Amino acid sequence: MVANIIKNFFRRIFSNIFKQKKELKLGFYGPPNAGKTSLANRICKDFTGKEIGTVSKIPHETRNVQFKEKVEIDYKGKKMTFKIIDTPGIATKIDYEDFLKFRLNKKDAKVRAKEATQGVIESIKWLDDMDIVVIVLDATQNPYNQVNITIIGNLVARKIPVLIIANKIDLRKANIKKIESAFPEYDVVGISARYGKNLEEFYESVFKLAKNV
Amino acid sequence: MVKKKSLGKIRGFSMQFLPYSEIRGLDSSQRIRKILNIVLGNNILIIQGRLQPGEETRLIEDTMAMIGHVKNFKGIELAVISGNGNGGVFRNFRSNIVNAIAGGDIGALTIIGPATIVKEIKRNPRKIELLLKR
Repeated sequence: MVANIIKNFFRRIFSNIFKQKKELKLGFYGPPNAGKTSLANRICKDFTGKEIGTVSKIPHETRNVQFKEKVEIDYKGKKMTFKIIDTPGIATKIDYEDFLKFRLNKKDAKVRAKEATQGVIESIKWLDDMDIVVIVLDATQNPYNQVNITIIGNLVARKIPVLIIANKIDLRKANIKKIESAFPEYDVVGISARYGKNLEEFYESVFKLAKNV
Repeated sequence: MVKKKSLGKIRGFSMQFLPYSEIRGLDSSQRIRKILNIVLGNNILIIQGRLQPGEETRLIEDTMAMIGHVKNFKGIELAVISGNGNGGVFRNFRSNIVNAIAGGDIGALTIIGPATIVKEIKRNPRKIELLLKR
């Protein structure tokens, strides 16, 4: 009996040591301007003190995959270490003329468009490397977008756990129910990355998914 | 005086239908090449069936690689219409068998159009709208 207790005690200690060393790759995917970088920034700022990237109203602000390693998230006394990977928004079309509306000159708009196309390719290439993926959607937009369905279809095929985030719930036009009915097989968590609203539920869902990885 | 409202000009385009039998025997690269060749000819393509998830991402990657390299090409609009799988256990089982025999989801339809012609493909559970550029 005493021997069993001692054995279990050491087993627990050793398993905890190895568990804590494991770093899960947490990817942020979704269409442009959904708030992927805003959410990644919020997490990184809260747990490392530094942001991961810049945000902008102009689509395709993130045009390279950017990551932060060893981000230890502490939620309700539980700790898990993640590599946070923020990816460029995935789109099926990119027109430099769309950037001119944001007062970019023609030359800069063309450069931005070129970099954005490369960013989309890079995002797709990184899909294979993820342990968990958070799909960030703009809750004010129509979720029945083929890009969203394509990303989720690929994650299912790769058996990568998925969490769907309905971002921008602080806005009046936000509609979480529409996202829930578009993706009934998945957990949908409504948040506001900008104001840090409902992040508790987000962390809880991430921890729940991480346990099964 | 009442000013006449102009409807504007709708640019020329054509629609092509590709039955599943036309792509069944092709590998992923050949399928995507065939699709992009049709779309680059300013055609809106309707495919019987749907691509594999990996083929859909490959299509997006190849599309992105072509923007800036092919004159006036700005990408594609893409939508897949398929059953939602809520037809009950027996019906789903039956459609799975049919799909397995056919070698793909032939009950689905895939619409692909060049972004220079197709402004948006609006979807919701009840309808699909193809909005064209003038």
